[in-house]
Amino acid sequence: MNILDYMKDHFLFLDGGMGTLLQEAGLQPGELPERWNVSHPEEIIRIQKSYYDAGSNVVLSNTFGANGLKFGDEELETLVTAAVKNAREAAARSTGTQEKFVALDIGPLGKLLKPYGDYEFEDAVTMYSKTVKFGVAAGVDLVFIETMNDSYDTKAALLAVKENTDLPVFVSNAYGSDGKLMTGASPAAMVAMLEGMHADAIGANCSLGPDQLVGVVEEYLEYASVPVLLKPNAGLPRAENGKTVYDVFPPEFSESVGKLLEKGVRIAGGCCGTTPDYIRAVVEKSKSITPVPVTEKDLSLVSSYTHAVKFGESPILIGERINPTGKKRFQQALRENDIDYILGEALKQQDAGVQLLDVNVGLPEIDEPAFLLRAVKELQAVTDLPLQLDTTDPVAMEAGLRAYNGKAMVNSVNGKEEVMNMIFPLVAKYGGFVVALTLDEGGIPDTAEERVAIAEKIIKKAAEYGISKKDLIFDPLAMTISADTTAALATMQAVHSIRHDLKVNTSLGISNVSFGLPSRNIITSTFFALCLQDGLSAAIMNPYSQEMMNVYHAFRALHNMDENCMDYITYAQNLPAPTAAPAAGAATSAEKPSSPEGSGEGPSSELQKAIVRGLKEKTGSLTKAMLAEKKPLEIIQSEVIPALNIVGADFEKKKVYLPQLLMAAEAAKSAFEEVKIAMAASDDGNGGSSRCPFVIATVHGDIHDIGKNIVKLILENYGFAVSDLGKDVPEQEVVDEVIRLHAPIVGLSALMTTTVPAMEETIKLLREQAPWAKVCVGGAVLTQEYADAIGADKYCRDAMETVRYAEEIDQALKEGKE
Amino acid sequence: MEHVDRIIEALRVQKRTVPQYFEYDEVPLNEMEWLRYACIPIRDQQVVKEDSKFTASMAKALAFARDECVFRLGFLATPISRGEDGFPVLPFAQKSEKLKNNLEGCSAVVLFAATVGSGMDRMIRRFEKSDPQMGLLLQGLGAERVESLCDLFNAEVDAAAQSLGHNTCHRFSPGYGDLPIEVQKEFLPLLDAERRLGILLSDSYLMAPSKSVTAIIGIR
Repeated sequence: MNILDYMKDHFLFLDGGMGTLLQEAGLQPGELPERWNVSHPEEIIRIQKSYYDAGSNVVLSNTFGANGLKFGDEELETLVTAAVKNAREAAARSTGTQEKFVALDIGPLGKLLKPYGDYEFEDAVTMYSKTVKFGVAAGVDLVFIETMNDSYDTKAALLAVKENTDLPVFVSNAYGSDGKLMTGASPAAMVAMLEGMHADAIGANCSLGPDQLVGVVEEYLEYASVPVLLKPNAGLPRAENGKTVYDVFPPEFSESVGKLLEKGVRIAGGCCGTTPDYIRAVVEKSKSITPVPVTEKDLSLVSSYTHAVKFGESPILIGERINPTGKKRFQQALRENDIDYILGEALKQQDAGVQLLDVNVGLPEIDEPAFLLRAVKELQAVTDLPLQLDTTDPVAMEAGLRAYNGKAMVNSVNGKEEVMNMIFPLVAKYGGFVVALTLDEGGIPDTAEERVAIAEKIIKKAAEYGISKKDLIFDPLAMTISADTTAALATMQAVHSIRHDLKVNTSLGISNVSFGLPSRNIITSTFFALCLQDGLSAAIMNPYSQEMMNVYHAFRALHNMDENCMDYITYAQNLPAPTAAPAAGAATSAEKPSSPEGSGEGPSSELQKAIVRGLKEKTGSLTKAMLAEKKPLEIIQSEVIPALNIVGADFEKKKVYLPQLLMAAEAAKSAFEEVKIAMAASDDGNGGSSRCPFVIATVHGDIHDIGKNIVKLILENYGFAVSDLGKDVPEQEVVDEVIRLHAPIVGLSALMTTTVPAMEETIKLLREQAPWAKVCVGGAVLTQEYADAIGADKYCRDAMETVRYAEEIDQALKEGKE
Repeated sequence: MEHVDRIIEALRVQKRTVPQYFEYDEVPLNEMEWLRYACIPIRDQQVVKEDSKFTASMAKALAFARDECVFRLGFLATPISRGEDGFPVLPFAQKSEKLKNNLEGCSAVVLFAATVGSGMDRMIRRFEKSDPQMGLLLQGLGAERVESLCDLFNAEVDAAAQSLGHNTCHRFSPGYGDLPIEVQKEFLPLLDAERRLGILLSDSYLMAPSKSVTAIIGIR
């Protein structure tokens, strides 16, 4: 019988702990249990048979640690094949009369994936695939992924299963006592991601006893539309006379598990410390319990690697600012591969209060799949907001969805057959919450009825791919009323019908409505309020617009979505005090520099003072005002650099410390930003870098980068065109970048003694392939002697010393040219 | 006192114990150490704290730490002997002169691994880009949190040792002096640190979460 059919009407019982029983059978500390599949098959069969005898329906093959990192391919195949054979033999020998299944057990690789660790997501997929292929070939009934404590690692394993077999797959995560995975995911986030990828059952195992997992299990039951599984430990371990003992025994264990079966858990077993007696007690206990039917929860969810966002209740704000359309500064950032600019936009929008970020990095001249992939990886390293991948390129969409750590929002499909046939298969594979535009081959219909008809067509087509309407969100398209004054009415009617008649979520790009009109904010924010009233679930919008945020907060308060109006009150208290807008010219004339630039000890202008004091906003606004009368580069030369020199000199004299230096650097950065915007607007080439390229990297094997990031920030302040390769950078990658830019100077950072050899190797390769480049090194373990020994040109103790050295080289180059 | 009792019990066994795990709800803050880890020398801390903007950042960092830190620790106790070469025989292989000196006269050791979890790493990454000063404060605070966790446990080991009539040595970590960082590869599995504490080791022997510590405390 197929296991999924069996589960429809029955509880399914798993096995219990393996490790302790193997140790009792003589497994030595340090010995790999998977080898016993071949060396001690009788012991394995005996233990597994005892689980079937106790009533387990499913026994996991003894392959928890069987992966390509621990074993060569040949041994791996032998061990996995033997493990499956042993479990089959145990089932055959058992006297139990219940339905019996064998699961291929897959445990974590024990590698932490980037950005937390140093292991590539795709390498993990490859490693898991090996075990899956061997196990499937050996003939299992299902695959059981368990004890995963990181959502990204879980995704890698599940993807490996889905790409190699159609067998049922169960996924079980190990939660900490805080009810989260080690890397922060909540149960709801895991439900969203795993159901999106079509796991057949999901739940929790290991780490805690059944009572401590109640909260986790309840969250699963609230969100999951597939059967929920539970495989807890026998409580917490304790040492007694040199042996590990657990503090929950079979009677209490089965009592606790029984309560959770009554609440809706459908699959139960045990993990560390449990034995066949525990399973027997649970099976016995279950006889008086009727399985709770698994119901469709009909929740529209997206998730990041920490949390899920639910659509359909409180309206969801999706930040629109990561998009090059009409933004010269953003286009420039894309062309220059300036990922930090994009990350900055993400974090600013997060601070402004959005729940999701739209990510659009499409420009004709850039490699969109590669850039979107990079943007997804970098964004999910710094923000825990879920992402909405916004691209018309299906290759880019797949790259982004694959690398995304969670269940993404997909922007977008529409009623065109061709588009649906390209995008829906991706959503079916990777999961996703899909924005569907109500247009098709015939264009955008004028009336609400016709748009609703397209929506119905899309719902049908999605169902063919197994995508239910809870995973669709319709965008009935806001058009400008300046061209057609009936446009907004049609959109609002469509929102209303789709939400209330079709019962599907809706989203709009709000601001289109006011295109071509003066004071657009008035129209846009009012339209937003009206659409919310008609049932709009989400808006792609500009969170920096105070009018829009006003509407959002007021709407929530008025619709009883904001308990005691607390969110509104907090929002209102933090609103900027109303000020009479000063004319730009007036501000500058009052704060005009009064003394010759940078000649004295202290800061000589308001702008310089602002930088020295680290006042980010003020620096930005002063620069902006000053741009009205000064040339961008002149401001850099006569204001920003002198101010930085003051702070830099104070830092060297130990009059100020790193935190102040960083604040000043950040303030200076906001001056540079204004300058860059001005230069982008005037199409004035190089974006303000007046000095030579500088390649910087933390060496291969080393993942410490705070020092490197500080050096980078300060160098940028001094006008160097810094190409930051990040951390853990392979030797040749550094060399290639130096050659590409013909960079005269390279900075390498290492924190660990173990990674200094990688630094030495990088220098060696640089000498061979880029002999013109000077190499300076820094980092906690380095000393002058060390630097000399590995052949560096210069040892730099801190960021300022690096700047001074880089200035020397830049100066020498310029003199050489003259 | 439950922790101390359990350590006493482990030390009494007189053979290598299985790992045991503690979780602490709260760990007292050592503000001086925090700022020191954030690159502000002790003598200047007073001046920095007069800046209200800076103290506001400190309060914000503390609030993040309260939300994001867990305090998890695993330990085992084991008697030690001397090998023929004079080096102490420990559950992991090493030939460290410094550790040998540190453990002079010891009959047992406590090995432990501690972590504050990956939440701090997440916050640090978030702020490194958007607000480097906050990033630095969080770096320092993460280091302080895990060190203070070690101090708390160390005090419990001290109390346990004292009640058995013993003293403890300064705790010693892989990577100190001539004890190579590579011993982590053997050390962490002894405590089942990956599964129990969520501490993983990279190919270059760095721990993740980064705010984690392993150490040895000699009992003499």
